[in-house]
Amino acid sequence: MSVEINGTSHERAPRPGQCLRTYLREEGCFGVKKGCDAGDCGACTVHVDGEPVHSCVYPAFRAQGRRVTTVEGLARGDELHPVQRAFLDAQGFQCGFCTAGLIMTTAALTEEQHDDLPRALKGNLCRCTGYRAIADAVAGVDNLATPGPGCAVGAALGAPAGPQVVTGTARYTFDLDVPGVLHLKVLRSPHAHARIVAVDTSAAFQVDGVEAILTHKDAPDRLFSTAQHENVAEDPADTRVLDEVVRFVGQRVAAVVATSEAAAEEACRRLRVEYEILPAVLDPALALAGGAPLVHGDKLDRNVIGELHASMGDVAGGFAAADEVYEATFRTARVQHAALETHGAVGWLDDDGRLVIRSSTQTPFLTRRAVASLYDLPLDRVRVIAGRVGGGFGGKQEMLVEDLVALAVMRTGRPVKWEYTRSEQFYGSTTRHPFTVTMKAGATRDGTLTALTLDVLVDAGAYGNHSASVMFHGCHESVAVYRCANMRTDAHAVYTNTVPAGAFRGYGLGQVTFAVESVLDEVARRIGMDPVTFRELNVVRDGDDLTAPGDHVEDLGIASYGLDQCLARLRAAAALPDDAPDGWLVGEGMAIAMIAAGPPGGHFADATVRRLPGGRFELSVGTAEFGNGSTTVHAQIAADELGVTPDKIVIRQSDTDVVKHDTGAFASTGVVVAGKAVLRAARALRTEGGEVAHGHFDGTPRSVAFNAQWFRVAVDPDTGELRILRSVHSADAGTVMNPLQLRGQIEGGVAQALGATLAEHVDLDETGAVTTTTFRQYHLPTFADTPRTEVHFAATVDSIGPLGAKSMSESPYNPVAPALANALRDAIGVRMTEIPFTTDRIWLAMQ
Amino acid sequence: MWRPGDAWLGGGTALFGEPRPHVSRLLDLPSAGWPSLTVRDDGVEVAATCTIAELAARLKRHRIVGQCCHSFLASFKIWNVATVGGNLCAALPAGPMISLGSALDGVCTLIGPAGDERRVPVAEFVTGDGRTVLRDGELLRSVLLPAASLRSRTSYRRGSLHQHGRSAALLIGRAEPGGGLTLTVTAATRRPWVFRFGAPPSAGDVEAAVATIPPDAYTDDIHGRPAWRMHLTRLFAEQIRTEIGA
Repeated sequence: MSVEINGTSHERAPRPGQCLRTYLREEGCFGVKKGCDAGDCGACTVHVDGEPVHSCVYPAFRAQGRRVTTVEGLARGDELHPVQRAFLDAQGFQCGFCTAGLIMTTAALTEEQHDDLPRALKGNLCRCTGYRAIADAVAGVDNLATPGPGCAVGAALGAPAGPQVVTGTARYTFDLDVPGVLHLKVLRSPHAHARIVAVDTSAAFQVDGVEAILTHKDAPDRLFSTAQHENVAEDPADTRVLDEVVRFVGQRVAAVVATSEAAAEEACRRLRVEYEILPAVLDPALALAGGAPLVHGDKLDRNVIGELHASMGDVAGGFAAADEVYEATFRTARVQHAALETHGAVGWLDDDGRLVIRSSTQTPFLTRRAVASLYDLPLDRVRVIAGRVGGGFGGKQEMLVEDLVALAVMRTGRPVKWEYTRSEQFYGSTTRHPFTVTMKAGATRDGTLTALTLDVLVDAGAYGNHSASVMFHGCHESVAVYRCANMRTDAHAVYTNTVPAGAFRGYGLGQVTFAVESVLDEVARRIGMDPVTFRELNVVRDGDDLTAPGDHVEDLGIASYGLDQCLARLRAAAALPDDAPDGWLVGEGMAIAMIAAGPPGGHFADATVRRLPGGRFELSVGTAEFGNGSTTVHAQIAADELGVTPDKIVIRQSDTDVVKHDTGAFASTGVVVAGKAVLRAARALRTEGGEVAHGHFDGTPRSVAFNAQWFRVAVDPDTGELRILRSVHSADAGTVMNPLQLRGQIEGGVAQALGATLAEHVDLDETGAVTTTTFRQYHLPTFADTPRTEVHFAATVDSIGPLGAKSMSESPYNPVAPALANALRDAIGVRMTEIPFTTDRIWLAMQ
Repeated sequence: MWRPGDAWLGGGTALFGEPRPHVSRLLDLPSAGWPSLTVRDDGVEVAATCTIAELAARLKRHRIVGQCCHSFLASFKIWNVATVGGNLCAALPAGPMISLGSALDGVCTLIGPAGDERRVPVAEFVTGDGRTVLRDGELLRSVLLPAASLRSRTSYRRGSLHQHGRSAALLIGRAEPGGGLTLTVTAATRRPWVFRFGAPPSAGDVEAAVATIPPDAYTDDIHGRPAWRMHLTRLFAEQIRTEIGA
C-alpha cells in the first residue's frame, strides 16, 4: 500500500518502527524538520488526511493508504497558501526552522482555536522570535516595506530567504541528499571521570552495516579547544577528538560509522568498555578548594582555568563612606541554547579529494582552520559550508561534531553524517555557564555609588571552552557601565566533571548583570531613591572612559550614547497603570545593561561585491545566517551603496570558498563587523568602478550598545503564580538598519531570557548525569508563556559602526533577569537570588 | 504469540516519543477496529484506542471531559493520534485520562495473553509513576465511564508551573447524588488518591482526608516541588469542597 505525499503516490514501504518524519525526509520532503523527535516542538507537523499531526511520533506504516501534506505541498503551484503568504508578510520567523511546522499548524486551526492561540500553539516551539511575529502572521499583519533604490537602510525589509523559509525549500544543514552517506553515532560516558582501560569492539562489529569504529587510539594525539575564536590561544587546548580519559557523563567514548543510524546505535550498545573510575568533582566551590580531584590532572595541577583579581580606588574607604551597604549571593542555572536545529555535520570528499564539511555552525572559517590544524591538512584542502542554520545563540561557536565527522570521512573515504538527537543537545553539547556571584555595593543617601565588589565563581564544566573569556567579559561591561571610583573584582573559572559550558548569548554578562542590577536595586531601595534616578546619577555618560577592575581595554569606547534615552523610557513606562487580578501582589522593577559592539582581540570580515548582468550585484560574505538577520542588513547596505533595490543583490555566504576570511557570526558582529566589510566593498565598487571590489574590517575600534528593561508583575499569593502585566524594553542600537528585524531580535532576546529567568534549568543527578533531556522536562517558553514586549529605540548615530549602527543581538537578554527579580522583590517583599524563579520557588520564597 | 520485546502500539505518541531499543516488535491495536465509544445503559465504554480528539469531540457535553483533555501538556495535534488507553498505560502522574477515569469511577477492562479478562478501577490501575497493574502481555481493552458519574456535577482545579504546562496538581470533585463528595487527587501524587465523603464534608473533614496522603506519596520531579504540590492539593481540595457544596 502506498503513501500519497503532496498528491504523488510513494510506493516504498516504511521500515518497521519508522516514524513518519524520517520516512517523509527520505522521500525528499526536507521541509519536515526534526526539532525534538518526541512530539514536543511541532517542527515536523504535517497533515494526514487533512488532520495536523506531529510526524515524529506518527508511525509511518499508518500513513499507508492515506494522504500526507507537507509544507512543500501547501502552495498551489506558484501561488502561496494564504498562511505561507501571511508568515512572509509578517516575517513570522527568524531562523525559520520551526516555521514549516507553524505554518502547517496554523493552516489547520479552527476559528475557535484562532481565538485561543496560547492554547492552540502550545505544541509549536520557536526559540528565536518571542512569538510576537508569529502572532502577527496568524493575525494577518503585513509588516513589510518595499523600499525604493537607495532607501533600504532603515526600512522594514524582509529576509532574502523568506520565500524559501515559508515554502520549506530553505536548505538547512541536512536538507540535501548525499548518496551513499554513512551515519555516525557515539557511545557516551556513563561516568563523570574515568580512564578508558579497554574497548572491546568485537560484538559491535558483528552488527550488519558497521563500516568503522573509532576509539581514542584512532584519534590524533593532539589537544584543541572546541571553542572558536579568531585568536586560538584565547581558549585552553584541553580536548581530544576521542580521549583516553572521560571527564563528564556524556563525553564521547567511541564512534561507530554504519550504513544506517539504527545499525550505528545498535553497535554502540554492543561496545564493551572497561573503565577505571577516577574521583570526580561536580561542584565548582569544591573544585576550587584544596585537595579537590583534578579534572585535567594530566595537564594542570589545579582546576582553575582563568582568574581575575583587580581593584580600583579605595574599596574599604568607599564602603566606609556609604550610608547603606547591601551584599548578597546570586546563582544562575545551567541553560541550554535549544536552537531548534540540533548540532550536526555531513562531510565528504569532493571530486578533487578535498574534505568538505557542511555543518550547523556559526564559524565556518574558524572550523575549517581547526579541522585542518587537527589533521595536518593545508587550509585549501578543507572546505566548510553552512547552509541556513536553524538557530545558534552561541552554541554553534564551537566545534562539537566536525572533528569527528572529518576523521570518519578520511577513515572510510565515504560521506559521513552525524546529526545530534535532541537529548544529545542536553548532555553532549554545551550549556550557559552557571555563575555564583557575591556582590556588595554601597551608596550615600544622595545617590552616590561609593564602592562595589564582585566575587565570581564560574562553573566551566569539564572543558575550558570559552570559560575564561566568559568570566572576563561578564565582569567587564556589567560594572564598567557605572562610574564608581572604588571597585574590586575577584573571579575564578573552574573545571568540574560536568557537561561543558560554552558561549551563550550575552557571554557572561547576563549572569553578572543579574547580581549587579539586583544589588543596586536593593541599595536604591535602602537609600529611598527610585531605581531609575539612582541609575541616572551613577551611569557612565558620553565622553566617559569605560573602566572596570582588570586590564584597560584600549579600543573600546562610547562612540554614541543613548542610555539616558533608554532610562527616560522606563520612567515613562512606570507612569502608566496596569490592571491586576484582585488580591494579587503587584510590583515593578527595572535593570540596565551595556555591551561591547564586538569582542576584544580582533574579529575580521571580508566581503566581495561583483557586478552581474541585468543591474544585479553578487555580494559574497563569510557570515552564516541563523536568524540573526545580518544577511538582510548586508543586502540593505549593499543596495543603498550601489543605488539599487535590495532584490538586485544576490548573496553568497557562509562558505569558506566565497571570501578570504570571516571570523564568524558571534559576539554580535554580523552588522558591525561583517556589515562594515560589506559597506567598504560596495563603496569601493561604486567609487573605483570595475567589475569587482573587496572590503575588509578588522573589528576595531569598538563602541558600546545599551539596553534597559522594565516589568510590572503580579503574583498570586495563594499559588506563587506570576503574571507579567507589562514588559518594556528600550535599546540603543545606534542607527536602526531594519526596525522590523531589530524589534524581532529584542523580542527574541527578552523571551529567551525570560525562559532562563522563569523556567529553564538543566539538572544533574548525584553522578553528574543530565536528567533534563527532552523539551517536556526542560520547559522552553511557549506562546502562552511569552508576554508582548514594547520595544523602543534610542535615537543615536554611532561614529564607528557602519552607517551609525551598533550591535543588538545578545544584549537584550542581559537586563531581563534582574528587572524581573526587582519587580518580584517589589511585589512579594522578598529578594530572590537564584534563577529561575519558577512558580513553586516563588511560593516557597513567600512562606 | 506474545513474546519478549513485544509492545502494544496504540496511537504511538508515547511509544515513538523516545528511543525504545528493547522493543523489537509492535503489535498494532488500532487495526483491531474496536469502536471508539460505545454507549451502554450503564455508561460509556471508551476503547483504549479511542483518540483524545474523538473523546473530546463526542463527550463534549460533559465539561469535565474537555477540562481533562485540555490538561494534556501535548497540543491538539497530539490529540489526533494519542489514545485514552495509551495515556493510562504510560501511567505518568500528570496523565489527565487517569484523572478523568479515576474521578468518574471508571473501570478498566484488561485482556491477558490467553484471552482472560479482568476488571480494575482506573484509580487502582495506576500504582505509581510509570507503573500499572498490567501483567506481561496483558492489554488494556477499554474503560467504562459509569453513566451516573457522567451525569454528576464536577469541580476541577489544576496547577502547573506554566500556563499550559504539565499538571503539577489536578484535583476533581464529584457531587454524589446523596449530597456526598468524591474527591480525586492526581498529578500531585504518584498515583491517584480518591476520598469519599458520604455527606457534605466540612473544611476539616477534607483537610483531614488529604492529610492522610503521606509526604513521600507526592510527586517529586522537575514539574514542581513536593511541598508546593502538597500546598496546592490542600488549597484546591478546599476550593472544590466549597464549589460543590455551593
